[in-house]
Amino acid sequence: MISSLSRTQKTGAGLLLLLVAYAIFGPMLQNGDATAQDLNHILTPPNSEFWLGTDHFGRNMWIRLADALQLSLMMAALCVLTSAVIGVTAGVLAATGGRWLDRGLDALVTMILALPGLVLVLIFAAIVPGSFWMLYVAISLIQWIEYFRVSRAITQRLTRSPEVQSSKLMGFGQWYIFRRHYWPAIAPQLFTIAAFGAANAILMMASLGFVYVGIQPPLAELGLMIVEHFPYYSDAPWLLAQPLLLLALVVLACHLMGRGRTQ
Amino acid sequence: MRALLLKRLLQLVAVSWGVGTLTFILMRSLPGDMAYRIAASRYGMDAVDNRAADLVREELGLNHSAWSAYWQWFTDLLSWNLGNSLVSGEPVATQLWHMLGHSVVLAVAGILLSILIAIPLGLASAFKGGWLDRSLLMVSTTLRAVPVFVIGLLAIIMFALEWNLFPVAGFGTPAHLVLPALTLALSLAAISNRVVHTEARRVFGSSFFEFARMKGLSPSQTFMHHGARNIAVPVVAFLGIQLITVVEGVVMIESLFSWPGIGHGLAHAIFARDIPLIQGAALMMGVLFVVMNTLVDIACHYLDPRGGQLA
Repeated sequence: MISSLSRTQKTGAGLLLLLVAYAIFGPMLQNGDATAQDLNHILTPPNSEFWLGTDHFGRNMWIRLADALQLSLMMAALCVLTSAVIGVTAGVLAATGGRWLDRGLDALVTMILALPGLVLVLIFAAIVPGSFWMLYVAISLIQWIEYFRVSRAITQRLTRSPEVQSSKLMGFGQWYIFRRHYWPAIAPQLFTIAAFGAANAILMMASLGFVYVGIQPPLAELGLMIVEHFPYYSDAPWLLAQPLLLLALVVLACHLMGRGRTQ
Repeated sequence: MRALLLKRLLQLVAVSWGVGTLTFILMRSLPGDMAYRIAASRYGMDAVDNRAADLVREELGLNHSAWSAYWQWFTDLLSWNLGNSLVSGEPVATQLWHMLGHSVVLAVAGILLSILIAIPLGLASAFKGGWLDRSLLMVSTTLRAVPVFVIGLLAIIMFALEWNLFPVAGFGTPAHLVLPALTLALSLAAISNRVVHTEARRVFGSSFFEFARMKGLSPSQTFMHHGARNIAVPVVAFLGIQLITVVEGVVMIESLFSWPGIGHGLAHAIFARDIPLIQGAALMMGVLFVVMNTLVDIACHYLDPRGGQLA
């Protein structure tokens, strides 16, 4: 598995592992919590006590960044998992099931694609402001389509192939055919979609935080932190740079992972 | 072609229905008694009592069931009666027209600028290869990894705050347009220059291109007659795919630069919970998105009449 990855992908995987480790174990290395304010120590530059300094409320940036990263990664993982499961299931069903099912799903996809993704997420975010779960539902609602299209196209091609035909003639069930024929063809494609989907989910959440409609303060979220720190950019440029860099690194790691060997 | 137009028409209906339903749910899910809130925004907080609220309830039919209210909401929508903004009291339609102009200026400027950046760079890197190609690949990868608002933020810090070349935000003079358009253009060109590059490489390496050179055409003739159009088809098709980046970019960039377009209006309306305006802005963006997609499809059809591109 690992040897089949290209060097670019290995770099991305390494970077991602590092970030996941920071998100999970980072907060344990420093005591305190993400929301504890200390107004005597605001905008402290990074030092031995606060490894990444403190923000405009004197909150520990090392812990806040790890929290924000945790939130972003969790959103990405949840969205990828949900949309992959729904998308692949719907795609295989559309290709193997009845014609009306295919038509119905196609119409549903056309409907969802009629609205730009971000606008759809914005409206959903407006229904329950500041809700992590609403964002999750909205982002997954957009992302399953890609899995659906790919798995539907592959399955459609395969159903007419000799190997699936003979499996059917030998009386194997749907589940066996899925596991033996469809899944091995679909699985390699999923990885790329998932990597870019994860990056998009993270970007989407940060974008919403940035226009102040996503996750609400005092929760740490990368996009939100960027807005919060912007007024202090001349006093503490390192403070603004931290969430910016972290966001870019996560997205870059996902993009690198998604690069196939074709590059 | 007809099947495609029919599909787009279905999308138009879907946009209206989807946005209408979502905003209706939004309206219903707001906390508190709606009649009181509307009465308060009409007559002022102090003048609201039970009588005023009842009057509003009666007048707007708020005492009817959810289904009849939904039906009412929907017939209003179908007759393009978008209602008045809850904040400013102005009709949503006039506000939308006002915003639309600004958004279109920004989007067109951004797209044109991105074409001006992407096509020369993509062609040059395909011609030359080597260090130019590698450094462009690196810049493109980096730009893709940062969200569009970060590009904008860095542009503000560099061009507006440090070098004082352009205004930070706002609108009015052409100078105000530069940074937002540049931000949009950079985020678009980061991807499209690679597409131009790949397509140009494909065409330059093809046998028909080589044959044109072999039969004695000059490099520029070969490029104009055999290269340009073949490169153009996938690139225009890709511009269509990028429309979604344009619309999403416009939302973010307008909010960042306080550019008074639809995206800015939408974000503010959501923040202020101004539901008629949310509905209007989302509807407008959806309809525009579908219309622009249709235009791209038609453009591709004319660039490459062989068909097959219309999937």
